[in-house]
Amino acid sequence: MSVLVYTESDQGNLKKGAFEVASYAKAVADQLGTTVTALAINASNTNELGNYGVNKVLTVNNNDLNSFSAKVYANVVKQAAEKENAQVVIVSSSADSKYLAPLLAVSLNAGYASNVIEAPSNTAPFTVKRNAFTNKAFEVTQINTNVKIIGVSNNAFGLVENSASATSEDFSPAIEASTVTVEAVDKATDKVTIADADVVVSGGRGLKGPENWGMIEELADVLGAATACSKPVSDLGWRPHSEHVGQTGKPVASNLYIAIGISGAIQHLAGVNASKVKVVINTDAEAPFFKAADYGVVGDAFTVVPQLIEKLKAFKAQQ
Amino acid sequence: MNILVCISHVPDTTSKINFSENNTKFDTNGVQFVINPNDEFGLTRAMWFKEKQGAKVTVVNVGGAETEPTLRKALAIGADAAIRVNAAATDGFSVAKQLAKVATDGGYDLIIAGRESIDYNGGMVPGMLAALLDANFVNNCIGLDVDGTTAKATREIDGGKETVATSLPLVVGGQKGLVEESDLRIPNMRGIMMARQKPLTVVDGVETTDQTTSVSFEKPAPKGAVKLVAEDNLDELISLLHNEAKVI
Ligand SMILES: Cc1cc2nc3c(=O)[nH]c(=O)nc-3n(C[C@H](O)[C@H](O)[C@H](O)COP(=O)(O)OP(=O)(O)OC[C@H]3O[C@@H](n4cnc5c(N)ncnc54)[C@H](O)[C@@H]3O)c2cc1C
Repeated sequence: MSVLVYTESDQGNLKKGAFEVASYAKAVADQLGTTVTALAINASNTNELGNYGVNKVLTVNNNDLNSFSAKVYANVVKQAAEKENAQVVIVSSSADSKYLAPLLAVSLNAGYASNVIEAPSNTAPFTVKRNAFTNKAFEVTQINTNVKIIGVSNNAFGLVENSASATSEDFSPAIEASTVTVEAVDKATDKVTIADADVVVSGGRGLKGPENWGMIEELADVLGAATACSKPVSDLGWRPHSEHVGQTGKPVASNLYIAIGISGAIQHLAGVNASKVKVVINTDAEAPFFKAADYGVVGDAFTVVPQLIEKLKAFKAQQ
Repeated sequence: MNILVCISHVPDTTSKINFSENNTKFDTNGVQFVINPNDEFGLTRAMWFKEKQGAKVTVVNVGGAETEPTLRKALAIGADAAIRVNAAATDGFSVAKQLAKVATDGGYDLIIAGRESIDYNGGMVPGMLAALLDANFVNNCIGLDVDGTTAKATREIDGGKETVATSLPLVVGGQKGLVEESDLRIPNMRGIMMARQKPLTVVDGVETTDQTTSVSFEKPAPKGAVKLVAEDNLDELISLLHNEAKVI
């Protein structure tokens, strides 16, 4: 018996989220009195997993796995789970993990709970708390099957250091040919993604037009943040759809979310409420976002944001 | 092409979320139900396949009789037929099993579902359905073209998008991008009248065992009041974010 965690990598390096799911796996393993095995595919820095409580890393190195295929990857995770006799399999909430988890669930005949935000409150029956109703509520769910899959919500559990020295084992699963082939990937490699970002700077219709996004990008640069936008901004074509956040866009669960010229409609808030700290900058003191925010500035973005950029630059220079 | 669109019946996005029976049931009192937004983008793309490529479009929902107005709305938008599987949608896996039966019986070659329902946010039904049918699967689908039995799809990934080539039978987990917001259709009078004549078939569910059980619900703790900072005192904001919130 063990807990298996699938630790994702990007261009050969484990993602930050990999250490969060490893931390979560360690908490579950402690509750069950067992150990953590991580599965890493084409990743180099797997020794770092030991810092988060992983006891053993199954490393898979295979060029056939260079581009992601949910079905093929799910099958690799399945083989690892069977080899390790895993009782619980932990995955992240990345787009790829959310893609493969349901396939894995069927092949392992495992119950799957997604968007889980805390360590299990009980292991018999196996009970977890998850986000539901797009962050408007939590659902307590019981998983009834022998094997369980948990999708951990991004940035909900955090990183927990737990020194163990992880042993490494080469793992060579059978790899099938993919029937969904990736033909082209369009991804900015130099920019932090909304899913991985600690800080997200988001602009709304209050910014009046696409030509005014320079200051949003500059603010994001200073903070090492990802940029995002409200739905009408992407519907109007001011910003790409990939930046649309909210109930019908991407979810945001960053440490800091800065909303500029965004009114705070219920559908917008639902998708960004999982962020830990929210700052709003808006000319209208009555904008609903002020009720959901931690900090607010009632003011014109066109004067506040440039000043904030200068002050943050000075602050960063001092640090 | 024979298309099945899976329709989840969900509370309108503006709904206040409350619970009843000691926080074990979603309180539907005063709640208006709609087609799950992700599914509506898929349904609208299906209408495009119907109009441009002569596809037949059937919509399906797993749920009680209370979901029928939502299916009728899908018919009014233009679907040809509707099926309701008379079973409680209590677990993602069970719903996928019910849908798999409908998909197999109807011989559909393209199945469009939403990447997730906005109520339980499980995000598992399309993938589980694909696995049960041994069909190809594209999640977070934001673009789809079909030519004969080959399909080209665009999938949103973290930080960008990718295009994939695959073939039917295919299940997609759709979202905005499959069509644009401005392409969504509001049913007109004629559509609503015609929908009344279209078949809405109720079928019995198959036996399933729930893999997960919803135990109870909680609402987030009420938020403290916002701390306002004057616009000429942004140093204060930086200090709060650094010293108090510890996020920069
Ligand atoms: C089914 C459905 C799903 C939806 N899903 C989403 C979703 O996923 N994400 C989403 O964002 N929305 C979503 N919406 C839309 C949502 O209801 C709002 O319409 C939208 O969020 C408003 O965007 P906004 O705040 O940018 O624009 P507005 O509501 O127009 O707000 C602009 C704000 O900017 C402020 N402002 C103006 N000038 C300035 C200035 N110079 N400086 C500072 N502030 C200024 C104004 O005071 C105002 O508060 C959805 C709606 C529906 C019906």
